[in-house]
Amino acid sequence: MIKFADVAKGDELPAQTFPIRRLDLVKYAGASGDFNPIHWNERFAQSVGLPDVIAHGMFTMAEAIRVVTDWCGDPGLVVEYSVRFTKPVVVPDGVEADSGARVTVTGKIGAINDDGTVRVDLTATSGEEKVLGMARALVRLP
Amino acid sequence: MALDANFKGRTYPPTAVYEVGREKIREFADAIGDPNPAYRDPAVAQDLGHRDVLAPPTFPIVITWPAALKVIEDPGLGLDFSRVLHADQRFVHTRPIYADDQLIATVVIEDITERMGQGFLSTRTDLATVEGEHVVSGYSKLVVVGEQP
Repeated sequence: MIKFADVAKGDELPAQTFPIRRLDLVKYAGASGDFNPIHWNERFAQSVGLPDVIAHGMFTMAEAIRVVTDWCGDPGLVVEYSVRFTKPVVVPDGVEADSGARVTVTGKIGAINDDGTVRVDLTATSGEEKVLGMARALVRLP
Repeated sequence: MALDANFKGRTYPPTAVYEVGREKIREFADAIGDPNPAYRDPAVAQDLGHRDVLAPPTFPIVITWPAALKVIEDPGLGLDFSRVLHADQRFVHTRPIYADDQLIATVVIEDITERMGQGFLSTRTDLATVEGEHVVSGYSKLVVVGEQP
């Protein structure tokens, strides 16, 4: 387990890349209850001006915090987590095993706070696009 | 503008009790592709100091989003859900959600604004146990896009 005393501002967390396939969006729709057709129906997505089906913003948000929870060892240490959804993650269909999209997430210690929390600043990119903005987590390390 | 600014500050009645459950947490963890055993195995969660399996940090959306949607569907507010986009999301946890939690959601409309023809709606949904213990608050900012003049 990472200890509060062991971290310094500027430290980088191990980055991770998450594949996103259509199947993942269908599973997320079912588990979350968000059945908005922009997340699974190409025809509908295009009818509202999107290039293709897009991932749930909340799916991307859930992937991004894994960089923090895998690093700190206890997901219960995350006391605050916020993101801005800046660009949609477009998830094309395809028969290849690597079809779909990829989101790469990096994390860096942005602040060590007097209240015993540390702030992790996250970035999430898909292709060349920054898909989350102001993505920050506050973690109460032991 | 379509949104009625008089709804700012409105608090909606608490929802029915949501019983969390280990299998729902496992299903959600599977759906986000996270293999963390603390979301599945009570012994692992207890070793970390938790009383039961805990939910991932974004799991509260499963409860807060439908609660906030009820508000959005309030006909008086004048919001067309087909034009709503999720702009921001924030969670503030007093503690993690546990598998044995029985939670009640209370939705507050914190702000309604309009900028450059777009409407912005900020909601806060507090999740508390049936005994009244605060667990987490979810803050959602929604944008109403492409309004007809």
